[in-house]
Amino acid sequence: MRSLILLCVCLFLFVSIGIVNAQVAGIYPTTDPQPITTQISPPAAATPKVDTGDATWVLISSALVMLMTPGLAFFYGGMVGRKNILGILMQCFIILCLVSVVWVLFGYSLSFAPGKGFWGGFQWVGLKGIGFEPYADYGATIPHQLFAIFQMMFAIITPALIIGAFAERMKFSAFLLFILLWTTFVYNPICHWVWGVGGWLKDMGVLDFAGGIVVHISAGVTALMTAIFIGKRNGTTKKAILPHNLPFTVLGTGLLWFGWFGFNAGSALGMNSVAVNAFLVTNTSGAAAGLTWAIIDWVFQEKPTMLGTATGAVGGLAAITPAAGFVGVFPALVIGAVASIICYIAVTLVKPRLGYDDALDVFGVHCIGGVWGVLATGLFASKAVNPAGADGLFFGNPKLFLIQLMAAGVTLAYGFIASLIIYKFVDLTIKVRVKEKDELMGLDLTQHHENAYTILE
Amino acid sequence: MKLIVAIIKPDRLEAVKQELYKAEVNLITVNEVLGHGRQMGVTEIYRGVKEVGNLLRKIRLEIAVNEDFVEPTISAILRGAQTGQIGDGKIFVLDLVECIRIRTEERGGQAIG
Repeated sequence: MRSLILLCVCLFLFVSIGIVNAQVAGIYPTTDPQPITTQISPPAAATPKVDTGDATWVLISSALVMLMTPGLAFFYGGMVGRKNILGILMQCFIILCLVSVVWVLFGYSLSFAPGKGFWGGFQWVGLKGIGFEPYADYGATIPHQLFAIFQMMFAIITPALIIGAFAERMKFSAFLLFILLWTTFVYNPICHWVWGVGGWLKDMGVLDFAGGIVVHISAGVTALMTAIFIGKRNGTTKKAILPHNLPFTVLGTGLLWFGWFGFNAGSALGMNSVAVNAFLVTNTSGAAAGLTWAIIDWVFQEKPTMLGTATGAVGGLAAITPAAGFVGVFPALVIGAVASIICYIAVTLVKPRLGYDDALDVFGVHCIGGVWGVLATGLFASKAVNPAGADGLFFGNPKLFLIQLMAAGVTLAYGFIASLIIYKFVDLTIKVRVKEKDELMGLDLTQHHENAYTILE
Repeated sequence: MKLIVAIIKPDRLEAVKQELYKAEVNLITVNEVLGHGRQMGVTEIYRGVKEVGNLLRKIRLEIAVNEDFVEPTISAILRGAQTGQIGDGKIFVLDLVECIRIRTEERGGQAIG
């Protein structure tokens, strides 16, 4: 079994090295990069120029979004038992490492190379020919390489979101293989459909500013699938598994919120009115959602809770993500408040009835929040906010709402089925779940041979 | 009066608690401890440095009971903690000389219940 995993890793490395070798001339253009780029970019007549202000903001935004993955690690890490926190932190960090490598090798090309197929294609494998010159469709005033960096951070955090669903019970080797296949066959195609040049949902006019469909729905629905098929955590039938360190969760929420400014405002791909509006509505929606959840807790559970407020804020931030560049500040209040209400219903009422163990409520918060955000974009989008967008239902354009509804449905269906196939493949080859003995002892000791906390010196 | 001390696996605590409630033993003190008996602990590795046979986390229960409750308490712990695997733990029964309830200064068997 172990040799099988090593074999997979070796194969992957060999393929990667082969690709890189084949493309090495393209990655390091010695003389003039022009002939390579002109094959794919528009005629040089309207040569786009890098704007230093725009580029600076997107570069900083990329760093902000990177910080969200360690932030998410603490957000999740605080909620699991103390014997599993290193397992969570490790999964987030290894995704940061793995997807970064995959992205520069072929992930970016599969997602964003122009093409009308299932995914982008292989033209930009190894980031061939991608340099300082802007590519008009992906931010006309920022370097193309910078766009690839910015998008890399999105590709990293998306699979990291999923891990909360199968927390405390997935084998590390199986997890690695699952994530590698998932980012390739689920994230890259969906990303291409919605954002890539030639993507069919993009051509249809779907609006997804910063990843409600690409990030939150795709990760959230995969989370639901894994939670159903991996089964409940040991012990959940007897009692709830309590969070071992809520301050970590709050720290993580803070880092996520902070990073989300880069996520949403950075998605304007420049320093302009859309970016500033996105920043404002992001904060507004997160705040409205946190406040709403606290009130709901207070009314229905006697006291406002810290975990509830943090959860609500994350739900509100997820919901505003697809809408951030298209809606004004008052719709943002509604989006945030409603996000908390429906996420609360999903997490506290629907989940216990259906009986799946989505350990850290990835589906209930990210997917439900994301679906609401995508639909709300179809309701509240306005050309007054962003002329490059479209008007929604409340501004006299019901067609956008239908497009949004269809895009959400397609992503839900594809995400569920494709990730299920990957999950079954991994389960048949190397078994997904840890042995019961290992689960009881905790993933820190059994998967990583480390302990997070000591009792004695 | 006896003091019953039990060392159990951490993941059995909930089951033992439930069994004790069923036996109407409601007063327990719980400690987190480290230890190993014949079962060696798990290897840990820190930057390549191996720690072989490290101590494992265990839970220690302390329950003071009157004579009537000794056997029910022991069997409740057995029911909750027994998995048949190595590392299930041990129960120690000690004589208890005195017991004083601080609030009322009651002594002996009355103070225990």
